[in-house]
Formats: sequence, C-alpha cells, structure tokens
Amino acid sequence: MKIDPEKCVACGNCLPVCPMGAIYIDPAVNRARINADECVECFTCYRGMSKEHLNPSLVRAIRRTAQFFRFRFDPEPDICPTDALVPEELSWPRVVRRAFSDPQVPHESTGIHGRGTAEVKTNDVTDRVKQGEAGFVVEFGRPGIGARFRDIERVTKALAELGVEFELNNPVTSLMTDPSRGHIRPEILNEKVLSAIVEIKTNLADVPAVLKKIKELSREVETVISLGVSTRCGGAGDDPLGEILEREGYLAYRGKTNLGLGRVTATQDPPHASRLTPDVTGEG
Amino acid sequence: MTNTLHRYSEHYASERPAKPEPVRDDFIVFAMATRGLNDNALVEKYRAFLRLALKYNPVNLGDATKGGMLRPRDDLNPKAHWRRDHRPNPEEVIEGIEGHTTVAAVFDNYQDMQAFVADVRSANLGISVNISAPMDEADRCCRETGIPRHSVEYSLGFCGRVDRLPDATVLELTTMCGHGMLSAPFAKKMIDWAKENRRSPTALARTMARFCSCGVFNISRAERILNEARTKNR
Repeated sequence: MKIDPEKCVACGNCLPVCPMGAIYIDPAVNRARINADECVECFTCYRGMSKEHLNPSLVRAIRRTAQFFRFRFDPEPDICPTDALVPEELSWPRVVRRAFSDPQVPHESTGIHGRGTAEVKTNDVTDRVKQGEAGFVVEFGRPGIGARFRDIERVTKALAELGVEFELNNPVTSLMTDPSRGHIRPEILNEKVLSAIVEIKTNLADVPAVLKKIKELSREVETVISLGVSTRCGGAGDDPLGEILEREGYLAYRGKTNLGLGRVTATQDPPHASRLTPDVTGEG
Repeated sequence: MTNTLHRYSEHYASERPAKPEPVRDDFIVFAMATRGLNDNALVEKYRAFLRLALKYNPVNLGDATKGGMLRPRDDLNPKAHWRRDHRPNPEEVIEGIEGHTTVAAVFDNYQDMQAFVADVRSANLGISVNISAPMDEADRCCRETGIPRHSVEYSLGFCGRVDRLPDATVLELTTMCGHGMLSAPFAKKMIDWAKENRRSPTALARTMARFCSCGVFNISRAERILNEARTKNR
C-alpha cells in the first residue's frame, strides 16, 4: 500500500485505522506516509475507509483556513476525503504479507481465504479431528500485534521436535521447506503478517504436554499467541477435552461448537481428504 | 481462520478476577460448506440460513467475502459528515451472496440465538453449522434443542508478549473482529469520542462495524461497551 502525495491532505484519519500503526504524517512534506517494513498489506485502510473523492487543493485550503482560526474540524473518522490510498502490485516474498493479512484474499497455495484454517468447523463432514484426537490452532500475532515468520519458525521447529503432526492443508505448512522439522522458507522469515495460524494434531492424552510446551515457547517470541484446541465429541455430545482442560487449570470459557448438522450431499466423488477445502473465507 | 474464537472478556485477562462477569450478549451462529462434499445449491442454502436469522433480530449478518450489514462506501459526499446513513442493510448481505463463502448471524441474547438454532435444525440445510459463544451457553442450547454436539473448540486465551496488548476495553472491542481489521488505536479513538460526546455510542459502534470485513462484529455489544466506557473508568 502507498499514499499518493498529490492527493493526501494529511487529515490523519488513516493513522489510527492502521492495525499495525504503520501510517504517520511526515512533517517534512506534511503528507501521510507508510512504514513499508511494518505494513502487513492487510488493506484495512484502503477497503475499510469510505471515500469522498474531493479535490485535494480545495480540501487543503479549507483545512488551512480552519487551522488558522483554530477551528476544530470534526469529520467522520473513517473517511479518506481524497481517495489517496493506492494499492501496489506485490511481488514475492512481500505478497505473503497480504495472503496472511487480508482476509478477503485466498491463499494461493491452498485456495483458501483468510488465514485459511478449517479446524473443526466442518468436522461433521470432513472428520478431520477424530474422537480421541486433539486439534491445536496456534495463532501468532493476534490480536493486533502482528508476527514475523522467524518467530513462527522458532516455534514450529520446537514443536516438530516433539513429533507433532502439522496439518497439511494449512497456509503456514505450505510454506515449510521441511514439515517434519518445522523449517519455513528462508526468504520469508523477515516478512511480517497480521496473523498466521499453525495447526497441529495430537492424541488427547498429549494435550497437557503440548500446551505446556507452547506456553514455554511463547516466552521466546516477540509477539502474542492465541491458542485454541479442539476435539470431536462422543455420540451423546460428551466432551473429554473439557475435562482435561479443567484439570490442567485452563478456564476455557469461550469457543465454538459444531452442531453436526452438515451432511455429505455431493453426488460426485469428493476430492481427496487432504485436499478438502472448506469455505474458510475468514469466518469462524 | 479462527475469527470468532478469541473474543476477549475478563475470563482471558492475564490477572483473572475471581468471578469474571459472564458475557450475555454475544452469540454467533455461522454456516460453512465444504467444496465437493455439501456445496450443491449453496447460494440458496446460505440465503435461507440468513433469512431464517432475520426472524430473530440479529445485530449483524455477515458474508465473509463481502462484509456485514454495515459496509464502507466509495461514493460519499461531504454531507456524510452531518447526515450519515448508519442504517444496517441485511438485504445487501443476503442478496450479495454469490457462491463459496461463510455466512454468520450475530445475536445479543441467548433466547434469539436458541430459537434460531432450532429453526436451522428444522430447515435441514445440510451445511455445517457452528455456535461461537460461551461454551456453557452453547452446550445449553444444544441440550434444549435436542442436538448432540459433534465437535468443540476452546479458546485458551493469549500467551507470549501479552504486555504489548492494549487495555481490556479496547481488546473487548477489537477482538470482535478476529481478523484484526479493527485497530486498537481506532477503538481507543471511538472510546474517547464517546466520552467527549462527539458522536453517540450507536454511531460509533456502527462506524467500527464497517471495518469488520466478514460481518461478525457485534454492534450491540460494542454499543454497550462504549456506553459503559462513557461513564465508568473501564
């Protein structure tokens, strides 16, 4: 993303809108600018703000007049008056930023939008996490901090040493050069994203050990980790995972419950299970 | 992604209070299909799901590819600064569905959510349906509706550099857009504007909702939080 200096009127509306705080007013030119190293190409500024398409010279003249008389201009806070935000063509490896930060862009390697995970949201038709298994979603950078892949790799390498299984149909796994060792492509390690989810699967019995390990590893990274864990319930809706979490002292207050209302209705052969692509266009 | 999983409340504070206040106004029901397995007649199913939701006073509806009931506009003129149309537009969400996506309905009370789930069950749409809410309330809903839970996923909160997180009120607002499209500085600005009476909490909540690109932002809960922030030291 960039800001067109010919159009920008330095109103400052886009500054607080940026989730990474990457936009600032450059006092040398009195225009908004973007710190490209911090920008994660989430498109929040471009897509989230409404636009007026006003004449920049006119707006600047009005602002100068109001400023001279110390009038407080009180515009709507989510409007770019002159449509000054301009998306840029992204090339590798920077394109990774947008794939992991803009929820409306599908991940090229998997065809999945957003952070691209299905977890147990469609487990009633995919049977991805079975009874006796636990699916972990380890999300780096959320909420609102962002993460670089070098931090993510630090954790994936350590988790690989535990012998966990990385979910193959996952955007982070698709960027690993060696999933068995948790190694991520070296050219993207410095790329920053809004958040990225590592998915692993273990047996329920291993849940306490894996959670303990992730908590330990979280102290070694420069970002925040949001942690989720899932399982398939028994036939009567009973949930052995909840008991484990309670025993381990986790107050697992909030979560998602798959109601089991999905059913396979396709008449054609479905794609291979590892290629199933739920519509994880960012929700859930 | 896990967009509705990690919605912040006191339960996830680093130093948790002895009796965290239950969240009684934030329930999401969302529907998803899986390519090749149950995505036939998908647009009609998704529209039917959202039209059913409309009967139960949702505070937001969402199409993950296009947004919620309040969206940014590309065609505003300066009159918007005085006379902004803040009316939610559920029909834009429903009619805008074109194919593969995820659809969601957000409710601000248990009764509406439970009644909707009962209706969805009767509709027998064949797509995956999930409740994202406090787990005990989702469990209660399943029992009252006669649905055995298929799978569960728990939010275990945040770890790592939690010292970099903003304050609790800001987190309550920003985590209602799990994709992170709603920034902490903007939420703080909205709280300050509510305190300064520069806009009403209703208008500010709706302004924030426009940034949530999949429509799971709970406008009613945000309005409550902003109202409380106006008078309390939260």
